Amino acid sequence: MNYIPNIVFALVLLCGILFFSRNVKKLYRNIKLGKDVDVSDNEPLRWRNMVNIALGQSKMVVRPIAGLLHIVVYVGFIIINIEVLEIVIDGLFGTHRVFAFLGSAYNILIASFEILALLVIVSVILFWVRRNIIRLQRFVKPEMKGWPKNDGNLILYIELVLMVLFLTMNAADYQLQLLDAEGYTKAGSFPVSGYFSMLFNGASASSLILVERTAWWLHIVGILFFLNYLYYSKHLHILLAFPNTYYGKVTPQGKFKNLESVTKEVKLMMDPSADPFAAPAEDAPPPEKFGASDVQDLNWVQLLNAYSCTECGRCTSECPANLTGKKLSPRKIMMDTRDRLEEVGKNLDVNKGNFIDDGKQLLGDYISHEELWACTSCNACVEACPISIDPLSIIMDMRQYLVMEQSAAPSDLNNMMGNIENNGAPWPFNQMDRLNWAKEE
Amino acid sequence: MGNELKVPTMAELFASGQQPEVLFWVGCAGSFDDRAKKITKAFIKILNKANVSFAVLGTEESCSGDPAKRAGNEFLFQMQAVTNIEVMNAYEVKKIVTTCPHCFNTLKNEYPELGGDYQVVHHTQFINQLLEDGKISLNGGSYKGKKITYHDPCYLGRANNVYEAPRDLIKKLDAELVEMKNCRSKGLCCGAGGAQMFKEPEKGEQDINVKRTEEAIEVKPDIVAAGCPFCNTMMTDGVKAKEKESSIAVLDIAELIANAEDL
Repeated sequence: MNYIPNIVFALVLLCGILFFSRNVKKLYRNIKLGKDVDVSDNEPLRWRNMVNIALGQSKMVVRPIAGLLHIVVYVGFIIINIEVLEIVIDGLFGTHRVFAFLGSAYNILIASFEILALLVIVSVILFWVRRNIIRLQRFVKPEMKGWPKNDGNLILYIELVLMVLFLTMNAADYQLQLLDAEGYTKAGSFPVSGYFSMLFNGASASSLILVERTAWWLHIVGILFFLNYLYYSKHLHILLAFPNTYYGKVTPQGKFKNLESVTKEVKLMMDPSADPFAAPAEDAPPPEKFGASDVQDLNWVQLLNAYSCTECGRCTSECPANLTGKKLSPRKIMMDTRDRLEEVGKNLDVNKGNFIDDGKQLLGDYISHEELWACTSCNACVEACPISIDPLSIIMDMRQYLVMEQSAAPSDLNNMMGNIENNGAPWPFNQMDRLNWAKEE
Repeated sequence: MGNELKVPTMAELFASGQQPEVLFWVGCAGSFDDRAKKITKAFIKILNKANVSFAVLGTEESCSGDPAKRAGNEFLFQMQAVTNIEVMNAYEVKKIVTTCPHCFNTLKNEYPELGGDYQVVHHTQFINQLLEDGKISLNGGSYKGKKITYHDPCYLGRANNVYEAPRDLIKKLDAELVEMKNCRSKGLCCGAGGAQMFKEPEKGEQDINVKRTEEAIEVKPDIVAAGCPFCNTMMTDGVKAKEKESSIAVLDIAELIANAEDL
């Protein structure tokens, strides 16, 4: 027996898996560059969120057209992966359609794969039309120029090619079954590929085998390529949406976290017995930086958010600042965070795990002050995200850095804060006049 | 009747050994902004009419710290919060009602970790409770046939999932409640949140409040109802910018109720 195909297959599979696990390690390392954050609370609610939002796609269908098309591709992706399992076993052991013993259940499986593959093709084409012909506004915003646009299309092309290869493989296989070709087990039902398998009418068994084998190999190699493409692409969401919805915010959207480092300082200031001139203890850690100017200042859930973002732009299309022509785009906040995190990761790669200052940071080099100050903190972006990403928390952390580390608030806001400090209201009114309204007519 | 508002302060009640059931947190806008003061008074009228045992902090109240926090000044926010909490804890405050969703959100969500644990309700929730308990009754006749659209304040709606309390009140007014295309969890911000109220907007094509007002005008309302003093200001300015002030009134829910009751 000829074992060369099995060995080649095993090698290809091994390479694909090794390269993928290398990327997963990198991903994990980069996300862990973020600060630690306690997410051990509300476990049942977190699981529920993951099941409803990621598995159940509950927030996708808020927009019915995109939601429905997405569900088709998503379900297709998951179900057709059962077939990949068979392909891997066949490839490793030189079997053919190893699950054929399932009999009529196998027929149902293959038939449903085929129907889903066709639906996926239709959905992918419609997705492409929305991006490139209809040019929906959220897909043509400034941050979508260049790689993000190409990435979006490339994913659709890959999916299309994979589905066509799958159906071609089946079509040739079906013809071979009809020809009683050796090794081609009579199994499966082919409601889709059966239709266009007549294209192969009259083809010789040897050329059919060539078509079938080519499609089979390209399909599995394509899947392994796609798996490894994920890390470089917004498509990473197919994996990260699950942890991301689990670790998403479980408190009311309006509740912003209180900075503990500030609480310590405030308590000290309010404590009458504290000595304001006391020197810090010898072993006291250096004071913590307030807010965020770079990715390492964010927490790891925020960094996970950045890798999970699939740049759909629902956030940006609901953002009041963006809708009225301001520079702020919540999607760009997430894309910038990811790009900068990748840059920091590469810095670590080339410097043997040490970060060498590159004179750049997230604030200023990626995200401008103007974008940050345009936010109304209305939570529309958070509400719109189908996988619980929170761009607002990053904006707020960066504002904290601007105000508390750099005193770089717009002058109007400095006036407002001065008023609060001096007279307990954002306007210059005397606190002693606070009840005057009760006496006015 | 307007002069006869009864506005007890916590200090007065405390001096006479009394403890009100609820603290009315007036907020900075409600205390100082001329338009918002009318909302405060309308709500006081309702409280008086229902004989609610309440008090205000008066000169002992200070900014909740919301605009400071959203502007990034966590330090100033926590100073404000801790100061307010000390005052309220000294008066053993248990329940707070406020007409400002920003104060509502901050007091409800951000004070507990700093030592201020209270039951906080928005005035629309509170008025609903008064109606349920039969403390006041509503005769919405004066709004019959009027179209009212409700603008969801971000810090009440999305931030805290309070969507129905204000709408329930409008429905009780016999008026026709019409919804804008962006409402409830998809409600468009008025443009004031996140400390934007206190600064000029960034460069853009349009002001947010004008855009939101356009959405309101689309449903041809007689009244734009709001539940937030800042939204009220923004929508009032928007209606003026669109030169619709003669046909569209911007009113707080408390004012709608007080007017219906002819208080």
